[in-house]
Amino acid sequence: MARSTIKIRGTLKEGQAKIRSLIAHPMETGRRTNKDTGNLIPAHFIQEVLCELNGTTVLTAQWGQSISKNPTLFFDLKKVKAGDTFKMSWTDNQGKKDSAEGVITPKGKKGKFRI
Amino acid sequence: MNMNRRFFMKTLAVTSALLASAQSFAAWPKAAFAAKTKDDAIATAIGSTPIDAGDKIKIKAPPIAENGQVVPVTITSTLDNVTNITIFAADNPNPLSATFTLTEHVDAKITTKIKMAKTSDIIAVVKANGVDYIASKNVKVTKGGCGG
Repeated sequence: MARSTIKIRGTLKEGQAKIRSLIAHPMETGRRTNKDTGNLIPAHFIQEVLCELNGTTVLTAQWGQSISKNPTLFFDLKKVKAGDTFKMSWTDNQGKKDSAEGVITPKGKKGKFRI
Repeated sequence: MNMNRRFFMKTLAVTSALLASAQSFAAWPKAAFAAKTKDDAIATAIGSTPIDAGDKIKIKAPPIAENGQVVPVTITSTLDNVTNITIFAADNPNPLSATFTLTEHVDAKITTKIKMAKTSDIIAVVKANGVDYIASKNVKVTKGGCGG
């Protein structure tokens, strides 16, 4: 399987998980032209991002074309403990999708984890 | 993948980009994302007239964005029971940027990066306890993020 397009880093401290995620995606608006051919580059952007904690949806994002290329999404999760499973998935307007799932295993003083 | 791309290129020669992406996600509010003016977008996405939030919503964004392609935005709210956060870039071709649906597991603090076509307001609408609150912040853009 190809490498996931989603990178998740975070810290877990006192039940609060700071999630920093990065998705590799072109996020084409459909307004740019291909300079070689003069044609418009088709719109290709993520429409929905779903975040789940232990199988329960905690955050849903619906995006339009005006989210930047290689989008990032940072947020804080409450009531999280080590060993919880976090999953993030996206679907774009061309029907493509990807997801990343992992167990939150904090390491070190700052409780850093990566998925 | 290549075939797919070629197909889209061809389709796009005759139809608009928006029509080509019509195979959209069922729950994705297409009308709201396609709205062309700020007022339209707010009306379609929110469905009510939001009230001024005062200092209960904080928008953190650079006052001057050198590159409109990447404008980091953080929306924070001190309101209780926040269920939705919606971000608009007022003068973009399609102002609605993103809408987030929060649960009790998530703090009312979201950071993402948006594109801005030109200098305009970033508008945040936060729904808390079923009431919509609105706040905005002007961001100067020296290089646009749409088209080109």
